[in-house]
Parts: sequence; structure tokens; C-alpha cells
Amino acid sequence: MKSFTYQRVSTPAEAAAAVAANPGAKFLAGGTNLLDLMKLQIEVPTHLVDVNRLGLDRIEPTAEGGLRIGALVRNTDLAADARVKRDYAVLSRALLAGASGQLRNKATTAGNLLQRTRCPYFYDPAQACNKRNPGSGCAALGGFSRNLAVLGTSEHCIATHPSDMAVAMRALDAVVETVHADGATRQIPIAEFHRLPGDTPEVETALRHGEFVTAVTLPPPVGGVHLYRKVRDRASYAFATISVAAVLVPEGGKVAQARLAFGGLAHQPWRVTEAEDRLRGQGADAANAVADAVLQGARPTEQNAFKLPLTRRVLAGTLAQAMQG
Amino acid sequence: MDFNAPATANPSDRMRVIGQPLDRVDGPLKVSGRAHYSYEYHEEAPNAAYGWLVGAEIGKGKIAGIDTAAAEAAPGVLLVLTHRNAPAQGKDSDYAAPQLQGTEVLHHGQAVAFVVAESLEQARAAARLVKVDYAAEPGRYDLAQERSRAVAPEPGMVKPETRAGDFDAGFAAAPVQLDVTYTTPDQSHAMMEPHASTAVWEGDELTLYTSHQILHWAAEGVAATLQMPPEKLRVVSRYIGGGFGSKLVVYGDAVLSALAARQLRRPVKVALTRQQIFNHTTHRPATIQRLRIGADAEGRIAAIAHESWSGDQESGGTAEGAASQTRLLYAGKDRLTRHRLATLDLPFAGAMRAPGEAVGLLALECAMDELAEKLGMDPVELRIRNDVAYNPEEGPSKPYSTRKLVECLREGARRFGWDARNPRPAQVRDGRWLVGLGVAAAVRPNPVMDSGARLHLDGQGRLTVETQMTDIGTGSYTILAQVAAEMLGLEVGAVTVKLGDTRFPQASGSGGSWGANSSGAGVYAAAMKLRGIVAQRAGFNDEAVFEDGTVRSGQRSLTLAEVAGEAGLSAEAEITFGDFSKQYEQAGFGAHFCEVRVDVETAEIRIRRMLSVAAAGRVLNPKTARSQCLGGMTMGIGAALMEEAVVDKRHGLFINHDLAEYQVPVHADIPHMDVVFLEEEDDKSSPIKAKGIGELGICGVGAAVANAVYNATGVRIRDYPLTLDKLLKAGMPQA
Ligand SMILES: Cc1cc2nc3c(=O)[nH]c(=O)nc-3n(C[C@H](O)[C@H](O)[C@H](O)COP(=O)(O)OP(=O)(O)OC[C@H]3O[C@@H](n4cnc5c(N)ncnc54)[C@H](O)[C@@H]3O)c2cc1C
Ligand code: SF4
Repeated sequence: MKSFTYQRVSTPAEAAAAVAANPGAKFLAGGTNLLDLMKLQIEVPTHLVDVNRLGLDRIEPTAEGGLRIGALVRNTDLAADARVKRDYAVLSRALLAGASGQLRNKATTAGNLLQRTRCPYFYDPAQACNKRNPGSGCAALGGFSRNLAVLGTSEHCIATHPSDMAVAMRALDAVVETVHADGATRQIPIAEFHRLPGDTPEVETALRHGEFVTAVTLPPPVGGVHLYRKVRDRASYAFATISVAAVLVPEGGKVAQARLAFGGLAHQPWRVTEAEDRLRGQGADAANAVADAVLQGARPTEQNAFKLPLTRRVLAGTLAQAMQG
Repeated sequence: MDFNAPATANPSDRMRVIGQPLDRVDGPLKVSGRAHYSYEYHEEAPNAAYGWLVGAEIGKGKIAGIDTAAAEAAPGVLLVLTHRNAPAQGKDSDYAAPQLQGTEVLHHGQAVAFVVAESLEQARAAARLVKVDYAAEPGRYDLAQERSRAVAPEPGMVKPETRAGDFDAGFAAAPVQLDVTYTTPDQSHAMMEPHASTAVWEGDELTLYTSHQILHWAAEGVAATLQMPPEKLRVVSRYIGGGFGSKLVVYGDAVLSALAARQLRRPVKVALTRQQIFNHTTHRPATIQRLRIGADAEGRIAAIAHESWSGDQESGGTAEGAASQTRLLYAGKDRLTRHRLATLDLPFAGAMRAPGEAVGLLALECAMDELAEKLGMDPVELRIRNDVAYNPEEGPSKPYSTRKLVECLREGARRFGWDARNPRPAQVRDGRWLVGLGVAAAVRPNPVMDSGARLHLDGQGRLTVETQMTDIGTGSYTILAQVAAEMLGLEVGAVTVKLGDTRFPQASGSGGSWGANSSGAGVYAAAMKLRGIVAQRAGFNDEAVFEDGTVRSGQRSLTLAEVAGEAGLSAEAEITFGDFSKQYEQAGFGAHFCEVRVDVETAEIRIRRMLSVAAAGRVLNPKTARSQCLGGMTMGIGAALMEEAVVDKRHGLFINHDLAEYQVPVHADIPHMDVVFLEEEDDKSSPIKAKGIGELGICGVGAAVANAVYNATGVRIRDYPLTLDKLLKAGMPQA
């Protein structure tokens, strides 16, 4: 039997130390992703460090006027927070577009950021998958790739990152705070948090083993119109085919400030500075030029090529909606 | 009791209990967790060991080597069965399902080993330690590619070919012609309860708790596989969390738990995981369907042909009868239906809710919509114009027992506000949404099956019904209690129904929508017999009236409790259906109306409202019948918009093998839905004058959705499911 030991810790540094000391150890938060993967032996930790009782379940203002979201804040609570709904509505909307009520009650902020891909071949231990079993190949290439990535892919992996929350956080320039076993802390901008697959698709984030996420901070609110559009085959309880998180500050029929992040396109929330630059000072009719910049370098498969025109259409619709106010 | 003439007036006509929208009698047990499913016989199977099935990881080839040493040495492991040590079993047949019979791998997910351990976790982990070397061979996994090699299937439930008149000539001469090809994908039943079994041996006698829709089929299959005398086998299936046809077959869970339990002299239980279900068990196979319809300018069909191709394993394969309903639904002189079967090395094809019609109507009823457009005719009117009172292949000598298709269409159109539909597609906008309406007709034959029951009236005036009939979530417990109560003049509360045990009289079981009508008629037969016994015991003649727990004749009245006495009274009988019912064409009919909205930006399709009108004999319980229709509508929406078991054509497996990736509708996909039943009694169907409803409910639904999508967008997708990528590729209008 795949037995594992279980431990509860009382401080974040202790949690980090407990995992750092043991190459087979993992943090256990809501467990909604980790436990499923353990049942399939895709994750096989030998030691679980339960981090649910560290008091990291608070949302507090930062000195700079932003918000500091504890790593263990549940998705439900984060989405319902009055400050989040008022100042960071895109985040609230993204969260509510994800999973189901039951899952959101369990799912945590850190766990959501760190959830693993939904590539069907990753989920089937009989199939070749470089992410699950490095060097074994990628069965998704040439296989069922309808839901997989079109941007930032490599010949080793074309998986997407499935989170909705992370897409909104990318648009909001969130920062991930971590602590190491020795108590040293690190601030990782979300842009650097999720990696592209390259030739090591098994390495998904900038975290080192044992590095523990304590919080996610949001910079002071930028105002503007907050939209989250999620496209999917059924109305709820489905991962994004594609999604867009948009924070747009309109001024006299033009976009004064734009932040656009996309889900379902890549191994990380996708955000392209040039696209936002092209939009600045323009109206909704710039949608195509903006989309060109977003989709630059796309390498779709035959099955997921529709994501390109879909992204264009959703972007156009989102801009039009934002400009209407 | 042989049903050999139209039913006359009888006690089931009183409709005091029958026809009432009663809550399910088994509801409280289910919501409080006291209804035991096959995996949950903790008291009957104490100390059960846990089995885990190891499925083949190739689509076709051979097991070159298998190493079980590590699995056997793993903690808690009691037994590892493979083809090397599995006991001899009976030959593969319609019902038997021998497991681990050699090195040959026919399909992905076929059992190659079975691990039994003290705990579920130990069995699961040890299963991963079984090392199998495969010599993979190229397999045939692509229906489109194998289509040209398809052959006529063995005649059976699905007719390989039927003809009337001269289709080619009729079609060639028709002024308006339609020739279209539709495709439907493989589908998984996705019932809630997985396949599960608990096997308990006592000496050479086996009790198998297993989730199965028809117990005598299960018993026959298991006894033949295990090569044991049928009388030593008891199969129990009291509660079943959905089947949809997937539980008409015996699989590895039943056979391997029984084999292992015999060897270990200890109960063994196993439940398949959702992932295993996709490839180990059956699925509804994909189809390619060509429809040709020729009509005159007034929309009268002159010639109609429906050809369907599907695939299955080489031996014992069955074709999906997707052209079947085209034999029945519309008039027309020159006709052809044809089924062809290709060999595929995918998991076995099988029956899924309304096998044949459910996917056949997806094609036929869209083709009718296309024809209506060509004719410039209203699609409701086109269907009405082609109504026919008899089987159109066989002619007036084979009339329908009842057929209210036209009434269903008219009533539905009126209630739904069909008038408001704009026949020109892509015209109606509501903000971001394109809005459209669609209609489709429904037909589903009404087969009947012999069915027995035993009744016992006790000294307290309580009645117990025992029959092998199953309740797969449909409401059998409830409607059988209603039939029995009606017949004996009792309250439903005075009746206890016991189902799902081979110790009870053999019954129709649940399949092909025959369950409620046939098993209800079985209870009717036993009740008629019991009434006779009671009347005789009371000294009454045949005129005795059963009412309010009493039996009365003239001025004299006795309580049933008095008549039954201390020892009680019993009666057992069976309803048999000879050739009489075959003199008529029997089917349920319906019409579905659907309003969809399609996001003009994303091409996401959402249902706005839906209405089904059905005429399917006497409705035994409007509440459970309505639930059947709602479930069918939901499943039909799934078939139209999202359900597809995706074949990895390189490796021969269904790759989206969980319910996150194989999507079925969730609550948010299902808006307001209405169901209306038209008054009908079918005296040619059975003494209780009812018909099947469970499958009628899904028939045609998806086509109504697809036709509404066309009306909304002007884009016709002939490849199910209608997902947004297909709409975008086919030229979905821009905002
Ligand atoms: C059926 C289903 C549908 C879903 N649909 C959606 C959807 O539509 N959109 C969406 O965005 N998500 C969806 N999800 C995913 C869901 O959001 C994630 O499972 C959830 O957010 C994970 O959070 P958790 O706390 O349960 O993580 P866990 O499972 O506990 O952990 C996940 C990973 O994070 C690590 N971890 C946890 N906390 C920390 C920490 N503080 N520091 C470092 N590492 C940590 C764990 O070690 C583990 O590797 C769905 C999930 C399911 C099962
Ligand atoms: S795309 Fe990535 S996750 Fe999917 S099979 Fe390939 S390597 Fe594995």
C-alpha cells in the first residue's frame, strides 16, 4: 500500500521545514486536487504536512493600500469578501466561475494556484506523459488536444494551467509570498510564478521543494471595469476552454489603462504587454490588433486551433462590453 | 395469465391509487442511507475482502508476460488472479462473461488481473504492482475508416435491412430531395452508481449482490460463466443507482468477485472506478447515418432511406439500430432501412437508453427539419402531413394500437408558442444571444415481456408483493405498490414491495422500457388470482368488490384481514404475452419543443426552455413518469451538446474517462422544463393499459435542440455533439 505519514504543524516556517526535510513530503491544504491525484498514484507523497490550522485564513489590508490574502483563505470566502468584490471584482468573478460550490468551500488560495493540469493523458497512468513521468513522451501530441494549450507550448508538453483564479490574479499583478525552512521569505510576482513547460514540464512553478506559500498580495486597486469571461461547453462545473480576465479603465470612449490575462491558452495565465500597449488610447475597434499581439507565436493543434478565433471573438466582445461601461 | 385479447374493463381502471402522483415509497430509505446498494451489504458480507480490477493498457494484442510477484508480496494482498491461475469458466455467450481466459487482449480495459486484499487501499496499490508486458498489435479504432468494410449484422433485435416499394425509383422521381449524412459519437451511460458486486459463498451456494437491471439474465450469465447449477445461485439487486442499459451485461466485477470469493472462502466485493467503467464496460457506439428523403412539393414523403454504420468487436458484435425508427415514424411508399456493422477493436458496444432510436432520431428529426426548410414548410406541419395510422412498411394490416403523434405536436405547439417562431434562421437577437426554436417528434416501440409476481396477504390485512423486477431509480417500487393496492382495494401504505431477488418469481426486469407495463401486468395477474382466492374463501362470487381493505358482496362485507386469517393467503401468477400484441404496431409517441440561445461571441449554446408532450398509454404515476421524461430530456440535451467518449485512435481507448472530461449536463444547463402527458389508454398493450416511458423521454430530444440551434444561428452541424468549436468552424455569425 502507498502509505504515508501525516503531520500537523503550527507555524508556516515549521511547515516549510517539515517538507524541506523530506523529499517525499507535500503540503496538504484543501486536498481537492492532491487527494484525487494520490488515489491515481499520480502524486505519491510519503509524508503529508497539513497546513490548514496555521491561521492563514485572513484577508487583511496592506500598508500600500492593497490586500493580503492568506494562503489558506477558501475560494468561497475570497470570492465573497466585500473588499474583493468592490475593488477586485475580476477576482471574485473568476473564482465563482470555477469548480462548484462544494469544491470552492474546500479549495484554498495557495492550493488553487498550485493545482495541476487537467490534460487527460496526465490523468491516465497508462499513457506517456512527460509531466507525470519525465522522459516518457507526450501522448497529447497527436492525441486528444482539444482543450490543451496553443501558446508557450513545447515539444515536450502542451498542457494548460486550469485555474480561473490565477488568471484574474495575473491581471491584477498579484505577488506570491513564501517562506523557507530557515524562515527566509520571498516575494514572487505572479508573472514569474507559473513556468512554461520547456523541456521540464514536471517543474510547474518557481517554488523550491519545501517553499511554503503564506499569502498572495494584491497591489492597491486600479479601478476600472472588471470582467471575467469564461467559455466552456457546459454552463457550470467545467474548466475553461478559454477565459479572459480584463481590467479596463475607459476614458472618453478610449481605453486609458488595460490589463488582459487569458486562461486556457497556455501553461500559465497568458498576458502580453504589447497587446495592452496596443489598446491604450484606442477603442473596442482595436480588438483585432490586440488579439494579434496576444496570439503571436501561437502553435495550435488541429483540434484546438478554434481557440484562436474564439479568443478574438471573446476579446472583441469583452472590449465592447467594457466600453459600454 | 395469457394476454391474448384487448383488455376489457377491470379493477385497474378505477384509478384511485394508480394514476396518483405519489412520492416514491423507497424515498425515505434512500435519503437516509438505508437503501443498500450492491457494495453495501456489510452485514450479509462481514469481513469482505476488497477486489481491484487491473485493465489492459493496450487496445489490441497479447499479454507477453505478466509478473505478479511484487503484487503478491504487497501488504494485505490475499490473491492475484491472472489468466495463468484463473479457474476454467464457461464459454463466452450472450450472457456469460468469462474473465482472464488467455493472453489475448481484445480491448483496452479488459481485465488482465484481479487483486484481492484486506483493504481497498491495499488492493488498489497492489494492482499497480502487477507488471504486464504487452505485445501490441495494430487495431481498428476509427469507424469512418472501417466503414467501407462493414457488413450486414446477424439478424436479431436489429434488422439488417428492410425494404418496401422501390426506394431508388421513388427517390429519383421525387421533386424535392434531401441527402444528408449525420454522425453521432460514442457515449458512456454515466449512471451514478458504478458497477459493483459483493460475492458471498456458503458451501457451494453463491449469493451475488450485483447491480444489474434484469436478474434472470444476470443469473444465467453468472451461472454459465462459473459453470455452476443455477439453483445454487442467488442474485440480489435491490437498489440500483441507474443503469441506462449498461447493467444489462455481466462484467468483471461480478465474475471476478465470485471466483475470488470461492477461492478465498471469504466474501469479496468490488466496485469499478469511473475511469474503469469507460473502457471495461459497454458504451453506446458511434454511428454514421445517411438519410435520403424524397417528397412532393406539398411535403408528402414519397421515398425515405436511412442507412446506419456502427462498429463493434469481431465476435458477438451488435449494430446500433439507428435506422429502426425510420421504419415506423412517417408515411411514404418507397422505403429502405439498412444497418451495417464494422469491426472495431474498441470496448464492446452495448445498449444505452433507447438503443437505436436515441441516435437515429438525432439524424432523422434533423433531416426532417432540413426537408421542411427546403419545402418552405413549417416543420410541425411537415410531420403532421406524414402521419400514418399503421406500420408504413407493412401497411394497413398492421395498425398502431394507439398513435397520438399529431395530438402531441399540436398540443405542444400551442403550449410552447410555436407560432412565434421565425422560420428564417439567425434573425432573433436578445442582447448577446441569438435565439431559436426547434421541434422534433419522438417514437419508441413498446415491447412487452413475460413477468411474474407473488402476493401474500397477511392476518393484519397487509399485502406483500415479491417479484424479481428491479428498480433502477425509475420508480418500480412505487408503481407496483400502486397497482397492487388498486387491485386489492388497499391503501399504498398497506403494501410492501420486495424486488430484485432471484428467490422471487421471474420478471421482466428493467430494459427496453418494458419494465413498468410488463411487471405491473405481472402484479395485476397475481392480484386477479388473489382476488379469486379471497372471494372464494369469503364465499363470494366473482362480483365481489374490493374496497377500503374489505371485500364485499351485496350487503355482506369482510375485512381482508379476517379473510386472510392467521396463516394468510398467497397467490403467484405470471403475465405472458403471446402473439396477440404482435398483431399491432405498438409504440409511445411524443413531441419535443426547445428554445435555445447561442452566444454570438463564443458560440456557447444554452437551453432556455423545453417542453415534451407524450402519449404513452396510461400513466401509472404522473410524478415518476414525469421524472423519467425530465431525465430523458436532460440526457438528450447532453447528447446534443456535450456528450462524447473521445476515442484516441492511436491507442484505442476512450481517453476522457472521467466525469470532469466526459461532460453531462449539470443543473445550470437545465432550465425550466415542462412535461405533458396526453390522456391515453392502450388496451392492446396489457391489462393495465400502460406503455413504456423511460426511453421515449430521450427520443428526439437532441434533435429538437439541434434544430433550435440551427434556427438561432443558421449553421447546421451534422456531427454531434454540437460544440462551440464546430459552430465556429462552420461559420457562426459574427456579433
Ligand atoms: C471536479 C473539479 C472541477 C474543478 N473545476 C475548476 C474550475 O473550473 N476552475 C478552477 O480554477 N479550478 C477548478 N477545480 C480545481 C480546484 O480549484 C482546485 O482543486 C483547488 O483550488 C485546489 O485547492 P486545494 O486547497 O484543495 O489544494 P490541495 O489539493 O490541498 O493542494 C494542491 C497542491 O498545492 C500544494 N499546496 C497547497 N497549499 C500550499 C501552500 N500553502 N504552499 C505550497 N504548496 C501548497 C499541495 O501540496 C498540492 O500539491 C476543479 C476541481 C475539481 C475536482
Ligand atoms: S501535454 Fe503535458 S501533461 Fe499532457 S501528456 Fe503531454 S506532457 Fe503530459
